[in-house]
Amino acid sequence: MDNVELLSRIQFAFTIAFHYIYPPLSIGLGVCLVAMEGLYLKTSNKVYEELTRFWVRIFALIFGIGVATGIVMEFEFGTNWAVYSRYVGDIFGSALAAEGIFAFALESAFLGILLFGWNKVSPRVHFTATILVALGSIFSALWIVVANSWQQTPSGYRIEGKGMKARAIVTNFWDMVFNPSSIERYSHVLIGALLAGSFLVLSVSAWYILKKQYLAHAQAAFRIALWVAAVSSLAQLFTGHQSAEVVTKYQPAKLAAMEGHFDKLSPADMYIMGWVDAKQQKTTGLKIPGGLSFLVHQDFKAPIPGLNSIKPEDRPTAVNFVFQSYHLMVTIGMMLIALSLFGLFMLYRKKLFETRWLMIVFVFSVLLPQIANQVGWYTAEVGRQPWVVYGLLRTSTALSEAVKAEHVLASLLLFTFIYVMLFGLFLYLLNKKIQHGPDVIDSDQEEPSSRMNPSFSPLIRD
Amino acid sequence: MDTVLGIDLPTWWFLLIGALISGYGILDGFDLGAGALHLFFRKEESRRIALNAIGPVWDGNEVWLVIGAGSLFAAFPLVYGTLLSVFYLPFMLFLVAIILRAISIEFRSKETMKWWRQLWDVSFCVSSILISLLLGLILGNLIQGIPLDANHRFVGRLRDFFNPYALLVSVTVLSLFMMHGAMYLIMKTEDRIFARLTIIANNSSKFFILCFMATSMATLIYIPHMIAIFKNYPELFVLPIAAVLIVLNIRRSIEKRQYRRGFVSSSITTALLLILFAMGLYPNLVLSNVDPKGHISIYEAASSDASLRTMLLFAFIGMPLVATYTVFVFWTFRGKVKLEENSY
Repeated sequence: MDNVELLSRIQFAFTIAFHYIYPPLSIGLGVCLVAMEGLYLKTSNKVYEELTRFWVRIFALIFGIGVATGIVMEFEFGTNWAVYSRYVGDIFGSALAAEGIFAFALESAFLGILLFGWNKVSPRVHFTATILVALGSIFSALWIVVANSWQQTPSGYRIEGKGMKARAIVTNFWDMVFNPSSIERYSHVLIGALLAGSFLVLSVSAWYILKKQYLAHAQAAFRIALWVAAVSSLAQLFTGHQSAEVVTKYQPAKLAAMEGHFDKLSPADMYIMGWVDAKQQKTTGLKIPGGLSFLVHQDFKAPIPGLNSIKPEDRPTAVNFVFQSYHLMVTIGMMLIALSLFGLFMLYRKKLFETRWLMIVFVFSVLLPQIANQVGWYTAEVGRQPWVVYGLLRTSTALSEAVKAEHVLASLLLFTFIYVMLFGLFLYLLNKKIQHGPDVIDSDQEEPSSRMNPSFSPLIRD
Repeated sequence: MDTVLGIDLPTWWFLLIGALISGYGILDGFDLGAGALHLFFRKEESRRIALNAIGPVWDGNEVWLVIGAGSLFAAFPLVYGTLLSVFYLPFMLFLVAIILRAISIEFRSKETMKWWRQLWDVSFCVSSILISLLLGLILGNLIQGIPLDANHRFVGRLRDFFNPYALLVSVTVLSLFMMHGAMYLIMKTEDRIFARLTIIANNSSKFFILCFMATSMATLIYIPHMIAIFKNYPELFVLPIAAVLIVLNIRRSIEKRQYRRGFVSSSITTALLLILFAMGLYPNLVLSNVDPKGHISIYEAASSDASLRTMLLFAFIGMPLVATYTVFVFWTFRGKVKLEENSY
């Protein structure tokens, strides 16, 4: 790997990993906002209005950073990966352009109304704007995941030209959009986003409950987010399984790396946790013998092609990394199911908000979906190496010819500096908004102040 | 070749991307200009008003850049890869400035400390200026052509981009945006900041006209290929004449205090200048200044007809939608800016 390739890969991985913190949060938060504002319109309860306004401010902060870091991604395809851009422009470019025109425009235009339109438009129009922003971010993810999925499982194309002039041409647009992994990967990513957003709401609300602040707001928000989280985490089990089936069928090398399976053709184990020694071609750990074979073929003895059945130059090199990323994602997925179901159980028992330790767990739970989303992405992207377009274009040939290593290094340092600063400021401002809490607009209603003893409030039932 | 309404598909996309870039120049142009003028406003309240004048719309304005770049990627991938990689460092600086600008707007109001606001004010202003200058620098080099060999390989050096003509275009773009931004802010403000802006609009329009004349002269003298089209189609000469008249109309509007008309005129100026540039290029997208074989034409760079046709359908559906949202948002926030609880 020469320096330009290494540096460009680091830069791309770094900028996308950083970007990928924010859009999932805004998608998940957007859905929670629609629920909060919808409940406000339905019940005219001030608590929901104040809650909506509070979370809109946090949404704005997250959305802003998401947009700013997203534009970087769009340009990097051209700046660092010019050969790739030419190769896939017909396909990837169309999906990206469709994202801009059908999704990004929608969310950005109505974001202005969402943030500043409170006194300019009627509550119904404002609610519509909230829905449109949420929908925009959901569509946006759709097109981006479609574009990425085409790289994982290309279809609806043919190759025109040879050597460096080769490029993929769309032959059937809808086959390209609904390529074999689009739907499965999209639902998996979308639900990951719902988990990211709902666990942020859970975490912040749990913190208020622990501090006995804004109890009415925090408990209302907690209930909404807990339902979103419970439904999503269960659904994630299903979409995760579907995504794994697609990988099994179309990306055998990635599947083999995910489970650290080397043998050419033998039954494969499923690891709960473990360690891969890629040099010795040995995987050790806690496993269900033949588990992967069973999951794929419903037969513990069914052979699964291992990494050795794949040409050495076509194998992913960072096998242990893919293995660990994948297993961490699955483990966290299980933890999220357990946590949200237990939360619902405690809500049913009317003990949820009094269980201090559980609230403490929920405060920290915000990190789990974030980590799972990140490592899930690593599994998908590192697992498909050395291909940038699976089976068609290698990452090493996708580079820009005109770019020098020192220029990439300079830009990488610049981005690292800006992003570290940005992340620090983001945490600082997020914390500040949380410390500040929702603004209580109406002070002489039935609930004089949300900071008061919760037993005075008719809103608190648990 | 596949045509729609008698125009071939690559030409359609040449026109559409031209329209998107013009839309970007007009829309983000005024908020970049407002940013470039930001430090001219001294009072905290004036700065807040100026910021809130663009607050609800700047993000929507930037969408035109995203769609424009996405369309270039989709319709002319060869040009997208070549241009962005050739101008690697300018684009990287551009991206960093875009990030800094976005977070300056977002972060400024979050603390009340004087140093905090001063910091983000400077960052907002400097990044707005930097973005305008970099756009101008890239445009200036594209007008002259860039060193590409017959295989479209870049054979130049980074420092060649900083030539006098490109720097002149760069300053001209900044002056255009500043004038355009001043005209927009005037429409959105009253009292003290309004009074200050009338002076700024007056000065920035003079500054722009000076730059405009210098760039026009330099182009006539040094860049013959940009005016070659008028030898073949003399009737097109009406466009540069229109540009001059519109520019004069900006001055007239300012003197008669008809700022709305002035804003429309500076919008048209932005579009006309880009149209003149596009006419000089067509049917090429990138010109090589070392080997005519290095020119990248729309036909060579275009994606497949099937892809261009599908996307054209998307554009016919999507562009009216985008235009509708844009109009709706501007209409919602019409009138003079009033500071309130949700303001920056």
